[in-house]
Amino acid sequence: MTRKQRRGVLIGVSVGVLMVAVGLVLYALRDSIVFFHTPSDIAEKHIPSGERFRLGGLVEKGSVKRGEGAKVSFVVTDTLKDIPVTYEGVLPDLFREGQGVVAEGKLTPSGVFVADTVLAKHDATYMPPEVAKALQAKGVKLGKGATHPGSMTQ
Amino acid sequence: MIIELGHFALVLALLVAILQMVVPAWGAHVRDRRLMAMAEPAALCQFGLLLVAFLALMNAYVTSDFSVANVVANSHSTKPLLYRISGVWGNHEGSMLLWVLILSLFGAAVAAFGRNLPDTLKANVLAVQASIAVAFCLFILLTSNPFLRIDPPPADGNGLNPILQDPALAFHPPMLYTGYVGFSIAYSFAIAALIEGRLDAAWARWVRPWTLAAWMCLTLGIAMGSWWSYYELGWGGFWFWDPVENASFMPWLAGTALLHSALVMEKRDALKVWTILLAILTFSLSLMGTFLVRSGVLTSVHAFAVDPRRGVFILAIMTLFTGGGLALFALRARDLRQGGLFAPISREGSLVLNNILLTTACATVLVGTLYPLVLQALGIKISVGPPYFNLTFVPLMVPLLLALPFGPLLAWKRSDVLGAAQRLMFAALLAAVVLALDFAVFHRGPVLAPFGLALGAFVMAGAVSDLVYRARLGNVPLAETWRRLKSQPRSAFGTTLAHFGVGLLVVGVVATSAYREERILVMKPGDEVSIAGYKLAFRGVAPATGPNYRAEVGLFDVTRGGAPVTKLEPSKRIYDAPPQPTTEAGIHVSWRGDLYVVLGDAQKGGGYAVRLYFNPLVRFIWLGALIMFIGGGVSLSDRRLRVGAPGRARRFAAAPAE
Repeated sequence: MTRKQRRGVLIGVSVGVLMVAVGLVLYALRDSIVFFHTPSDIAEKHIPSGERFRLGGLVEKGSVKRGEGAKVSFVVTDTLKDIPVTYEGVLPDLFREGQGVVAEGKLTPSGVFVADTVLAKHDATYMPPEVAKALQAKGVKLGKGATHPGSMTQ
Repeated sequence: MIIELGHFALVLALLVAILQMVVPAWGAHVRDRRLMAMAEPAALCQFGLLLVAFLALMNAYVTSDFSVANVVANSHSTKPLLYRISGVWGNHEGSMLLWVLILSLFGAAVAAFGRNLPDTLKANVLAVQASIAVAFCLFILLTSNPFLRIDPPPADGNGLNPILQDPALAFHPPMLYTGYVGFSIAYSFAIAALIEGRLDAAWARWVRPWTLAAWMCLTLGIAMGSWWSYYELGWGGFWFWDPVENASFMPWLAGTALLHSALVMEKRDALKVWTILLAILTFSLSLMGTFLVRSGVLTSVHAFAVDPRRGVFILAIMTLFTGGGLALFALRARDLRQGGLFAPISREGSLVLNNILLTTACATVLVGTLYPLVLQALGIKISVGPPYFNLTFVPLMVPLLLALPFGPLLAWKRSDVLGAAQRLMFAALLAAVVLALDFAVFHRGPVLAPFGLALGAFVMAGAVSDLVYRARLGNVPLAETWRRLKSQPRSAFGTTLAHFGVGLLVVGVVATSAYREERILVMKPGDEVSIAGYKLAFRGVAPATGPNYRAEVGLFDVTRGGAPVTKLEPSKRIYDAPPQPTTEAGIHVSWRGDLYVVLGDAQKGGGYAVRLYFNPLVRFIWLGALIMFIGGGVSLSDRRLRVGAPGRARRFAAAPAE
């Protein structure tokens, strides 16, 4: 094999791997990313039911109801609009009424958000930045805790 | 007083670093031995000063000096001693100080062990290393100073986030930083080589041990973090493709590629330009990890303090070192002569394939991590989760793992696949048996899972095959095999161990992901539940108190086939300071897998929510990483690689300028 041919093989393999990777990335980015919405966004943007997304906002005070088994329902609000959420599972340690929360799941045709994942930050004074930003954008006044520098858990 | 001393030492360290950056580099330029000789004592002195600064801060933590703002924010007088110490790096400011300390430790190690490095190379390496230290000392002093006092001092501190009060996490950051920062040496060597315009195989021999040491620490650091999140966060998962995890994983992928390309460069004097580029990119990814974690631009389950000023500063540092390095590379790479021809099917060829796949995989992780940031700038909020990485990263790992056992069996320069394939017959056979057994035993789980397990088995058996072939087991008398085995270089054992660890990790990941059992239910005292052959009887909940927390402890009797196995006591803790709840899982470890019990909230009608998992073979993941670490250590102890091994550098010095 000449030097040129060897280089050809090398370039061919690299380009091949890269093409496959680009294809995979494009395919994955189309199908497996999740959007983030607040309750107001849902009302404005008419999110179709069955589409997977992340819902962020505050857990409305007094809305948490424990159902049968490990079923829980609560209301997520950005103080302008509310969305009822149901979840089956053990809630994270820092899930509290009045605190920021991010839930991932789908909307049913009746307008209930069925979450399969509920995230709360590992810091009592922390609010997920996307929740804080979204709420601020909606003109919701946040307490000191929302922008308090938390500690690390890296 | 001691705190002021620490502060002063940090400022002095900055000044020493500035000297170390300017004088030796100038000396190397004008070939003045006296100026170049300054690098060595300066590097040691800089390390000494930073050590003083770090110990001063540690002293404030240990003695609970609440006149220091950083101690107030992150410590508490009732905290156990271990966590008062780990609290030093359990926050942004202190961990940055540790970062710089480790950076200077590596610089000092080059100064101390690099006695037979050529003068100019050593001067340039230490100067570049010092420039990184200057940037980060400035960063600490200007935006994240841990030595600031608070007046009047409060009676007690705010405490350390309780989920960080954990033995594994106490040592996770130092390990991780040693890995991150260790790649700075490879970067400094790369930049020094570009400045000098000279590069030969001896350069790779110098860089490889440092890269290997950094890679080992990063491997263990990531594994510790994964292990910690597994048992502490109560989700029973080992990896979440969280941006912060990715931030440490990308330098690992690039570092693994660097390790292998440096091998080609050392042995065959080829891939020079590529190795230099990888060295620059690996450290740049480490810097980017630091930026991502500390700037607050990413939404993550774990992130540091959000302060835009810091983010901009680190972004500037990152741009300077990445951009500067790449610009220098673009200017000078042309001067580096390519050497060492090889056929596509050869040891070099397999290592090139390894590099192509690892860097491409690293790029897909990078895209997945940064894509949300790009869209965020356009006002669209998305998150890229595990499905993305399963679709992109995993398919790229399959050819890598398939090719992995072939690599060490191929000869340098030119080889044939058939010969290697013959030697891998046994490994392939074993993989086929594993595949058949999986299909026979498991009727649930994804169809691809048995193939994953077979692939892991193939990698493990393939790694051992290499050693078996080298020792010619079965072809020669046993005594001869033993003699051959003993005469193998340690790096051969290191390679086998590390590759075996990769296979073990793959088996663990696939088994846990595909065959995990999960149950969520409400249990009242007296209730029983079965999972994975175990029977758990819930006896109720008892209160308990720890040194700085109160807890509710669930009591579970675990039996298997009627015989008692163990008692599990998962608990929910409420810490005193800060008042924050944590979940402590109850875990029973066996060779089959982990039985993992989490106690949830009390229910209105009595009883508790309980989450049960059975994670088959999950320990293989961390065991695999540990074996990779040990493999790296064995390889590092090889005489040929030993830092400062005599006899090599003289040849280096005599090498003609290229």
